[in-house]
Amino acid sequence: MRINKHPILDFPERKKVSFTFNGKKLFGYEGDTIASALHAQGIKHLSDSIHKKRPRGFYCAIGNCASCNMIVDGVPNVRTCITPLKEGVDVRKQDGKGRF
Amino acid sequence: MIEKTGVPSLEQVKQEFPDKVVLKKPKAIIECYKEIPCNPCHTSCPFDAIFIPEDINVRPKIDFDKCTGCGICVYNCPGLAIMVTQIKEGKILMKIPYEFTPLPKVDQTVNVVNRAGEKISEGIVRKVQLSEKQNKTALIHIELDEKYAYEAITIEVLHGS
Amino acid sequence: MRRVEVAIIGSGPAGLAAAKPLLDAGAKVLMIDRSDMLGGQLTKQTHMFFGSEKQHASKRGIDILKLMVDEIQYHENLTVLTETTVVGLYQDRVISCVKHDEYFKIQADYILVASGASEKSLPFENNDLPGVYAAGAVQTLMNVYGVKPGERVLMIGSGNIGLIVSYQLMQAGVEVPMLLEAADTIGGYLVHASKIRRLGVDIRTNMSVKRAIGKASVEAAEIWRLDKHWQGIPGTEEIVPCDTICLSVGLAPLTELLQQAGADIKYVRELGGNVPIINKKYQTSLENVYTCGDVAGIEEASSAMISGEIAGLEIARSAGYKIDNIDQHISRLHDDLTNLRNGPHGEKIRIGLEKVGVK
Ligand SMILES: Cc1cc2nc3c(=O)[nH]c(=O)nc-3n(C[C@H](O)[C@H](O)[C@H](O)COP(=O)(O)OP(=O)(O)OC[C@H]3O[C@@H](n4cnc5c(N)ncnc54)[C@H](O)[C@@H]3O)c2cc1C
Ligand code: SF4
Ligand code: SF4
Ligand code: FES
Repeated sequence: MRINKHPILDFPERKKVSFTFNGKKLFGYEGDTIASALHAQGIKHLSDSIHKKRPRGFYCAIGNCASCNMIVDGVPNVRTCITPLKEGVDVRKQDGKGRF
Repeated sequence: MIEKTGVPSLEQVKQEFPDKVVLKKPKAIIECYKEIPCNPCHTSCPFDAIFIPEDINVRPKIDFDKCTGCGICVYNCPGLAIMVTQIKEGKILMKIPYEFTPLPKVDQTVNVVNRAGEKISEGIVRKVQLSEKQNKTALIHIELDEKYAYEAITIEVLHGS
Repeated sequence: MRRVEVAIIGSGPAGLAAAKPLLDAGAKVLMIDRSDMLGGQLTKQTHMFFGSEKQHASKRGIDILKLMVDEIQYHENLTVLTETTVVGLYQDRVISCVKHDEYFKIQADYILVASGASEKSLPFENNDLPGVYAAGAVQTLMNVYGVKPGERVLMIGSGNIGLIVSYQLMQAGVEVPMLLEAADTIGGYLVHASKIRRLGVDIRTNMSVKRAIGKASVEAAEIWRLDKHWQGIPGTEEIVPCDTICLSVGLAPLTELLQQAGADIKYVRELGGNVPIINKKYQTSLENVYTCGDVAGIEEASSAMISGEIAGLEIARSAGYKIDNIDQHISRLHDDLTNLRNGPHGEKIRIGLEKVGVK
């Protein structure tokens, strides 16, 4: 779901960055956040809610709402919408409060 | 009703047009139906043809005698609310703002739509203008039958290959 | 603890506009933003702005940002802290910040809170489903990261943001079949509405979303007609296939920091919610703590820039800097604000400001 051509903005080619999501190898680009890289691959379901285990995606994309919390390199409750994507990070869907 | 749908009535549209004789020469048609704090049409026109007073909420007023149809206000209007129209030998030639990619090509046949977004006719692209100073708002020159003078407003967005 | 002369919290158009006169006067400025780039909302505004030349009308938001940043970024008295969130503001003008794992405090002689606003949500069934996004989030995703939020978006809300984001979605190659508005009439500028209507967006007033449909993410929306009291009318439901529901239902000033420090706050509906009580100098009830931009009441970037400039000048004056013709300059800026708010769209702001007590 990348935008290739845009009438106003330029999206120059960037370096690929590989990472894993639930153990599966994926890639994004330099400058991505974890959430934008996942979304570009069509992955919108980032966690399950604490009580009812309902699927959650991001909402605000600027670090305000915690709806995008995931487990990153073993650390739970990381706001992936404002966390830059780094080579080799291990990203996992978070179940509720972030048990492992 | 424009406040509910975004579509102005035919009467509203006609009020913004000059007499058809005047349209033998290209003229800017301004469709800015409600007061907003905005005045680039006034400040960008090199011929002083559009007037907005000190209170920038007042709606723009055009002097068709001064307007040369150059199209500068068309790409400077943030509301994309201006086009240039001319009637010539049974055809209208309009210059519209366009901010999509890809741009149409000269001689290409495109679908022309009305203010409700419905296709009304085909038109032919006569010229595509996009210079540095237009800052990414292209001007597309389109020719179509004169009978659509009060209806035609833009073209359907072309989808890239 | 680190000490600074002026700390500006937030680098949107308001904060940037405030920094300029302060730096010009000779003050030392620390600018803090939680994002990794300066500019606030301007970083994603690809459309041309309205207003007059003084507020850079007809230029695109992203280009206005470049101009504003260029004016100050190499100034020797400016320090910038990005990716730094201010989490606390205390009465003695101490602010606590978090940058990555680091936590630190700063003491400032003057503080300017220019933190902007947060987006409101809307209650409806399944509004927590992935694919229900705030309009600003959609804009960030596509205009900053170059990623489409989906292929087919149902837009909710016809204020300028809903209208403009619909247009920007189409520019990114995304389909926008419909835009719903709960009120009787379109809220934003008619020029923006007409612009998307002629490109095929079906704008419907007195309508809203009843529920989102989908298992792991949005697959469709059920919409319905609303009565005068904005209650859904059973029997009027329709299904709209879409993979994204974009909410553009208003902004609320981010006043938490000021509230925490004990500033006088008042709820003013017309200004978006809780706003600080301020005077004409954009001074809050706390000593040497100022505010500007959307925090003082939801408005526009054009007015945010002017209020920022006024606040910057007033802080410089209060700190003892001499500025030529400062009175004329400030009174001209107030005239510009009055001018921007003069039309029918400025009415809400005029009423709101009346309630706050600023004349
Ligand atoms: C889609 C859209 C279209 C718009 N179109 C126009 C237009 O055409 N013309 C116009 O004039 N206006 C327009 N606006 C409105 C305009 O963008 C805003 O009114 C303006 O940006 C407000 O400026 P600000 O500086 O107060 O806040 P913002 O631009 O929101 O900046 C606030 C900054 O503060 C930072 N921040 C917040 N909290 C903290 C914290 N605790 N610690 C550190 N940093 C923090 C944020 O990261 C942000 O960078 C539009 C807005 C949107 C969303
Ligand atoms: S078309 Fe040219 S001359 Fe006519 S009003 Fe616009 S800018 Fe002025
Ligand atoms: S520039 Fe366009 S939107 Fe602004 S006042 Fe003129 S016609 Fe209206
Ligand atoms: S989506 Fe709101 S914090 Fe990440």
